[in-house]
Amino acid sequence: MRFEKKYEAIVIGTSAGGLGTLQKILSKLPSDFALPILVVQHRLPAADQFLSIFLNDVCQLAVKEADNKEIIKPPMVYVAPSNYHLLVERTKTISLTVDPKVKYSRPSIDALFETAAEAYLSKLIGIILTGANNDGTAGLKKIKEHGGLTIAQNPQTAEVSIMPMSAIQANVVDKVLSLTEMAPFLNQISDEVKVYERRYHKLNMEHQSKI
Amino acid sequence: MKKLEIEEIEVDLLLEGIYQRYGYDFRHYGRASIKRRLQHHLTKADYGIVSEMIPSVLYDESKFKALLFDISVTVTEMFRDPWFYVGIREKVIPFLKTFPFINVWHAGCATGEEVYSLAIVLKEEGLYDRARIYATDINDSALEKAKSRIYPMSKMKEYSSNYQHAGGKRSLSHYFYAKYDSVIVDADLQENITFANHNLATDNVFGEMHLILCRNVLIYFNRTLQDRVLSIFADSLRYNGFLCLGTKETMHFAKVRDDFVEFLRNERIYQYKGIPH
Repeated sequence: MRFEKKYEAIVIGTSAGGLGTLQKILSKLPSDFALPILVVQHRLPAADQFLSIFLNDVCQLAVKEADNKEIIKPPMVYVAPSNYHLLVERTKTISLTVDPKVKYSRPSIDALFETAAEAYLSKLIGIILTGANNDGTAGLKKIKEHGGLTIAQNPQTAEVSIMPMSAIQANVVDKVLSLTEMAPFLNQISDEVKVYERRYHKLNMEHQSKI
Repeated sequence: MKKLEIEEIEVDLLLEGIYQRYGYDFRHYGRASIKRRLQHHLTKADYGIVSEMIPSVLYDESKFKALLFDISVTVTEMFRDPWFYVGIREKVIPFLKTFPFINVWHAGCATGEEVYSLAIVLKEEGLYDRARIYATDINDSALEKAKSRIYPMSKMKEYSSNYQHAGGKRSLSHYFYAKYDSVIVDADLQENITFANHNLATDNVFGEMHLILCRNVLIYFNRTLQDRVLSIFADSLRYNGFLCLGTKETMHFAKVRDDFVEFLRNERIYQYKGIPH
């Protein structure tokens, strides 16, 4: 029996075409999905909370706009507010900032991925979906350096292929999944985490009763 | 010990050194952001590792100034959150108009975009000539930029759109003249603004204010520092004065929260109801 929890969090980055794609993936995850999910979707600086409200309406899994200093815990999807960077502290809490834009973007996918990589190390999954620039490629590289799992949407199934293509060409992607493969794969990961947690709990109980 | 842990020690030592040597306290700032900014400065200023910065920053003030600029500058835009300016225009200004003269403190004004936005609103509402605006920041280079009134032409489209959504009464270009690829804000918008260095983490109360704006500054602070700053604001406000925070900031956990009432919820505008002083 392997007794190390394999994954603790998922980060997702997307821009053009992201809304529909996020909906297709997130709506197929159950309300007790075992890992917290953090999402950066590029949009206009003056955008309102529509994205998180809409996703929350169409998903079983709860979706909210991320709050500053919030503790990250599942089951929950945290969406970066428009015009703020979403960073992950090593204490596994959220920091929102108005730091300068990164590659013309705020929120920046790289900023989320790179800080999450330092917080979750090898226990992080990073996913790049449809989009029209190369934000996220540097972030995936960092996730890979720390031993995490990096995934790109198959560019052929992406509404705009530039972003996943950029990551794939930079050789920082472990796994390429089509849009329809994405949710089943994530559900499998979630199930593994649940099995781990049950076993861990059981072992803990046995240990306690021996004392 | 892993590299990441060693880097944490380096950052601790540097921030402690900066605090003891120059009085700027970044020890209670959001760590992920500070680390990213240090990393950015590291590459730009050609240091190998964070430890290398320590001797040069401690002994050479110009090196410190360069570092300070990179770790403290925040970037904003004209009429950021347009709906906020609608709230100021329609709800706060009618109240302020009842005073013969008003003092405004814009704390953490960075490079000035939001100060001039407020000045434009005050002007259009006929209150500018009765206002004195104190615009402060800890970053001298940012203050110099603010004073220069020069902004890139490339941002104007976005700013104009924000201005229109903020209830602007003319065309934004009315307040600028263009030169090469820059725009320069009209000098008379600066006439009633005093720019000054002020450090929220260590400096004190600022005077009898009717309106304080401090938007997207507190998000960087931990709770202790947030409490300190909000108490300074409470002590700086007149009874019934207004405090405006960023859309992701709240009074909710503050020690002084009972001294304020929520005036406009979504706009994060609070009114001071503490004991008059």
